[in-house]
Amino acid sequence: MAKHFGRGFAAVNYPTGMNLGGDPSQALVHATPTGVFSVVLSSVDLGQGIKTIAAQCAAEVLGLPVENVLVDTADTDTGPHCMGTFASRGTHRVGNAVIMAAREAREVMLEVAAEEMEVDAADLETDGTGFVKLKGSEEKKISIMDVALAAHFKQGRTISGRGMFMKPRNYPDPETGAMDPDSAQSHACTVVDVSVDDETGEVEVLKLQSVYELGRALNPAMVHQQITGGAWMGISHALYETTEPYYPDRSHGPVSFSDYLMPGPSDTPPVTSVVIERPVANGPFGGKGIGEMTANSPIPAIANAIFDACGARVEELPITPERVLRALDAARETAVEA
Amino acid sequence: MDDHIPSETSGETLDRSYFSDENQHDFKVVGQPSPRLDARGHVTGTTRYFEDNHFRGTLHIKVCRSKRHHAKLTRIDPAPAMNVPGVVRVLTAKDVPANWYTVLRLINVGPNDEPVLAEDSVRYLGEPICAVVAESEAAAIEGASRVQVDYEDLPVVLDVEEALKPDAQIVNPVHGKNYFEYEGHPFRRIRFGDVEKGFAEADHIFEHRYQSRPIEQAPVETTGCIVKPEGDGRLTIYSDTQACFFTLDNTALILDVPTAKLRVVGGTVGGGFGGKVDVMVEPLACIAAMLTNRPVKFVYDRAEEMQVSSPRAAERIYIKDGVMKDGRIVARKMTFYIDSGAYSRHTPYGVTKASAHVPGPYSIPNVWADCHCVYTNRTPSSAMRGFGVTIGDFALESQMDRIAKTLGLDPLIFRLKNAYRDGDTKAHRKKVEGAALIEVIQRAAELVGHDLPEEYRKMSSVKREAK
Repeated sequence: MAKHFGRGFAAVNYPTGMNLGGDPSQALVHATPTGVFSVVLSSVDLGQGIKTIAAQCAAEVLGLPVENVLVDTADTDTGPHCMGTFASRGTHRVGNAVIMAAREAREVMLEVAAEEMEVDAADLETDGTGFVKLKGSEEKKISIMDVALAAHFKQGRTISGRGMFMKPRNYPDPETGAMDPDSAQSHACTVVDVSVDDETGEVEVLKLQSVYELGRALNPAMVHQQITGGAWMGISHALYETTEPYYPDRSHGPVSFSDYLMPGPSDTPPVTSVVIERPVANGPFGGKGIGEMTANSPIPAIANAIFDACGARVEELPITPERVLRALDAARETAVEA
Repeated sequence: MDDHIPSETSGETLDRSYFSDENQHDFKVVGQPSPRLDARGHVTGTTRYFEDNHFRGTLHIKVCRSKRHHAKLTRIDPAPAMNVPGVVRVLTAKDVPANWYTVLRLINVGPNDEPVLAEDSVRYLGEPICAVVAESEAAAIEGASRVQVDYEDLPVVLDVEEALKPDAQIVNPVHGKNYFEYEGHPFRRIRFGDVEKGFAEADHIFEHRYQSRPIEQAPVETTGCIVKPEGDGRLTIYSDTQACFFTLDNTALILDVPTAKLRVVGGTVGGGFGGKVDVMVEPLACIAAMLTNRPVKFVYDRAEEMQVSSPRAAERIYIKDGVMKDGRIVARKMTFYIDSGAYSRHTPYGVTKASAHVPGPYSIPNVWADCHCVYTNRTPSSAMRGFGVTIGDFALESQMDRIAKTLGLDPLIFRLKNAYRDGDTKAHRKKVEGAALIEVIQRAAELVGHDLPEEYRKMSSVKREAK
């Protein structure tokens, strides 16, 4: 009886979006009289952060601090259509729609500013802090609040924009499977260190290190949070979770968190993540997306680390202590036969 | 904000040295670690979720569910439930205007193969038979337990390969066979190159089987909604759906009402992971609200969330690889049996997604995949984070590891040798663009101090080195 230590690797790709029936999302942007911009969506924030990403995309285009952007999500009476939050599509589809809407609003904003400043709109730019300014000049500028006030109360214009992103429907070829299902592919490589107790079959994940490429990281902090959360889910899938422990038999299905096993704080290792960027032309500022994929590579990396540690190849999920011990027995038998 | 910037010491690094000619920018907001707009609300318990809407006189729904895997219903008697104090009404299939549905009909994936409430038979343990509407949750639970249901058991199919045998009991009469048909084929096909020729040429053949089990999405907030009849005759649906219009349109079809009659309010959800795209609670809550003209709440308890809410499908995957001595994979054949349970929900789509993922991020000249969407007498599976790909990756990357170990190859070098690159053609005939598998492997090797020979450190996704 001993503890064995091992390291496992896995490398994966993951599609942005999955189109079978056309995949649209829309956004509307408008300014309040005091130059706050409202982004109206019917997209859903499940905790992944689409509200924050939408605000960042709008603020970048409009040249505003992110605090000057409000995001209103998910009322079908007021929000324009969104297919929904799934298939790692939110950042890509909604981000693109918000950028398009914000660009249209920005164009009006610069026209209104040009009239106030008595210059050509083409000579204006935003400074990112809430001012429209004449290119090449530090003095000649107007606050976006004053632009919005002028639009509403002097010029009688609405500073607003409409945005839409749609990937058209694609039909797979029934014979060959030829198809165009996605908009981009993100990538990851995960390295996991484990210990395996050959008496109890218990696996401990000691360290989990990953490198991701997901186009532009629009919000690096949230990217790392997704990687950490996904790593925990991957560990959970690899070692603990199922609603049918005796599948295909349906007995002993768990009905609460006291019998549906998931890793607790002592079962989750330090997670290290490195992000590299290869922006994609069709993505919002080059972003691809990272919503779903972060649970994927940890699972085989753990299985491979277990093999590296003790020679047990477990081909079934979850990799319970019982399966580890049976795989160890099988490995010993093979060794004896050889 | 500076103290939020990820750093090497916190284990979070943004490294722009790869693809540096493609990724430079002067953005002011994008690329910054802006704090989440809703984080403070979430951690202080002040964010409003759908259940924070309270309406006077709200009724509660609990569902009487099948206690059998597969059975004819010879009798459904709601009378004992009606005797429970507080029970207002018991809904049966007759109360559902368009009882048969399938959610993906919105994108023309059919046929309607699932009833909202069971009619003459049940096809999985936990299938809804009738819905008890009561003044309190306790009365609804008590009422649901009192409904009298008589069953006549039918043969049960629980294994995906058993289900595909010619004499297997048919699970779902709408399909008439235990698989989803893809344009005349019994499975989604990928055919690329000549896989048998590849196996004949290969120095080694590796053939293995992988199996997963159903997994629960496990959101903190369970699936649910509150429906409020409004003065103008419309219904407002406060929901934790992951897709507001998808829920609205599917609910309107089941209710057989114009979409203008419904309004969905949501957008702030306590975790989804794919578990909240199936439109399970809104139709019954709307029907109850229309029949009683009172607000109605229908929320899954944790047991329902775990056992009758769609899980991640169990998958059985066979992989056969032909590999040359030097580590080049020349042929890969994959057979997926993806367990849809008794009804389709999103699984036919997930199976197509699985097929598009074959053969993983590698350039292999000969690829074959048969991806079966199989019906069995279990809780229908559906969407879950990465479905169609997650379990495929477990199989693919376990397979890659065992080939490398058997041939005595470095596991990262073996992957680099086979990695796809810009300009390659994938098995589903899409041209590879924006590849970065090589670079994430190179950076991972650096991160963990795994030495790679120079030729592998110099490889690039952008172009192949001259031979």
